[in-house]
Amino acid sequence: MANQKLKNVTPVQKEYQELAKRKEPKRPVIKNCLKAFFVGGAICLFGQALQEMFMHYLHFDQSKAGDPTVACLIFISVVLTSLGVYDKFGQWAGAGSAVPVTGFANSMASAAIEHRSEGLVLGVGGNMFKLAGSVIVFGVFSAFVVGLIYLIFGIGG
Amino acid sequence: MLHGHRTWVFERTPVISGVATVVGPEEGNGPLADDFDIIHEDKMLGQKSWEKAEHQLLEEATKLAVENAGITKEQLGFYISGDLLNQITSSSFTARTLSVPYIGVFGACSTSMESLALAAFIVNAGGAQYVLSATSSHNSTAERQFRYPTEYGAQKPPTAQYTVTGAGAAVVTIDEQAAGPIITSATLGRVVDMGIKDPFNMGAAMAPAAVDTIQAHLKDLNRSPADYDLIVTGDLASVGYDIALELFKKHQVPIEETHYDDCGLMVYDREKQPVQAGGSGCACSATVTYGHLLKKMARGELNRILVVATGALLSPLTFQQGESIPCIAHAVCIENRGVSS
Repeated sequence: MANQKLKNVTPVQKEYQELAKRKEPKRPVIKNCLKAFFVGGAICLFGQALQEMFMHYLHFDQSKAGDPTVACLIFISVVLTSLGVYDKFGQWAGAGSAVPVTGFANSMASAAIEHRSEGLVLGVGGNMFKLAGSVIVFGVFSAFVVGLIYLIFGIGG
Repeated sequence: MLHGHRTWVFERTPVISGVATVVGPEEGNGPLADDFDIIHEDKMLGQKSWEKAEHQLLEEATKLAVENAGITKEQLGFYISGDLLNQITSSSFTARTLSVPYIGVFGACSTSMESLALAAFIVNAGGAQYVLSATSSHNSTAERQFRYPTEYGAQKPPTAQYTVTGAGAAVVTIDEQAAGPIITSATLGRVVDMGIKDPFNMGAAMAPAAVDTIQAHLKDLNRSPADYDLIVTGDLASVGYDIALELFKKHQVPIEETHYDDCGLMVYDREKQPVQAGGSGCACSATVTYGHLLKKMARGELNRILVVATGALLSPLTFQQGESIPCIAHAVCIENRGVSS
């Protein structure tokens, strides 16, 4: 009942919401997409360069070179987060800085820094996955679903 | 005392005898920097946590306001304060230091005028000789409580607002010898909810509450906007300000007769500072009013102003559960002596 009532918006509220919608400055979607494309791409390009470097100079093979590359990107992201730069970069770059592994590292490092004041166990330990937790939960779940589909349709394929 | 429906008119002229404003670095880089008493370059104020930093801001503001009023804290009858943190800890912890009778209030960003109105009411009714009213907010405590960890790189939409780091305090007294502007009336707001659910668009959520309170104030006192040199809202910022202008037109309030502004637009330079739509937070209206506007009044540039502090009464839990944002606005009329007949 209560929920039903909440859904019924009065005409005055409806009119106002339309006004508010009209007055809302639009997010620059195209600009944001372009920025995300190029910044995200640039981060990946940088990652690729790192990987090539590990292969070329340190003689990693292609499958193994991924590990130190990701570690480097995470390290750079954590350092930038600690220096208070990554959030400003994120405001500018949007999804471009959020989607690659650097965004994931930022979400964990920022939560860890933020909750340090509440102690190591309850603060840092308990809150580090505050934002990253959902990525892991839904990442594992989608992997499970994909695995299931593969199991059913992919047998013998 | 009560005029009309919800306006108090104070016959005994409560005086704002001492004020103080303390702000952080971003506000210190803003256009009003010269009007603040203390500007901290370190957002952390040398403390170990954001919460301690906010507590420190409020402590400094209250201490300085008492000094500026030329009294000692022992003379204070009551301390009325509120902030944005859970269980208004900045206020209560400051009350612990002050150790005077304390009334904790919560009106989100409307707390500045809510506490000032109550202080005026108490001294006017003879409840105390001196009452201290104060409020604080901190960008980082608000970020971490209402949004994300401060260093998290999420992109904010252009409707988002930047919480002011600062604290404002005012000593209100009935002492007729005291110098300072007087509080002549106050209109308390009712909660208005137009069903806006986006916590990144508080201006749009709060604008109807501000217009409602201003309309009630003008109606109760049978005044028009022309009777004021300035009507200023607390923290509607650019989005809410535009909507408020539209609503005034719709409700036939001739706001163009006066100068109408918003503290959220005054406190920062939106072209140069990364504040999106403008400022918000309890300290937004408190620091702009006590710092900037009262100084303008002292210089005689303004004689009668109406400050309408706006507050969004949401919690991080309620918007995640899909509830809309109830809002409120409280108005206080501040005048130079001798303006009213």
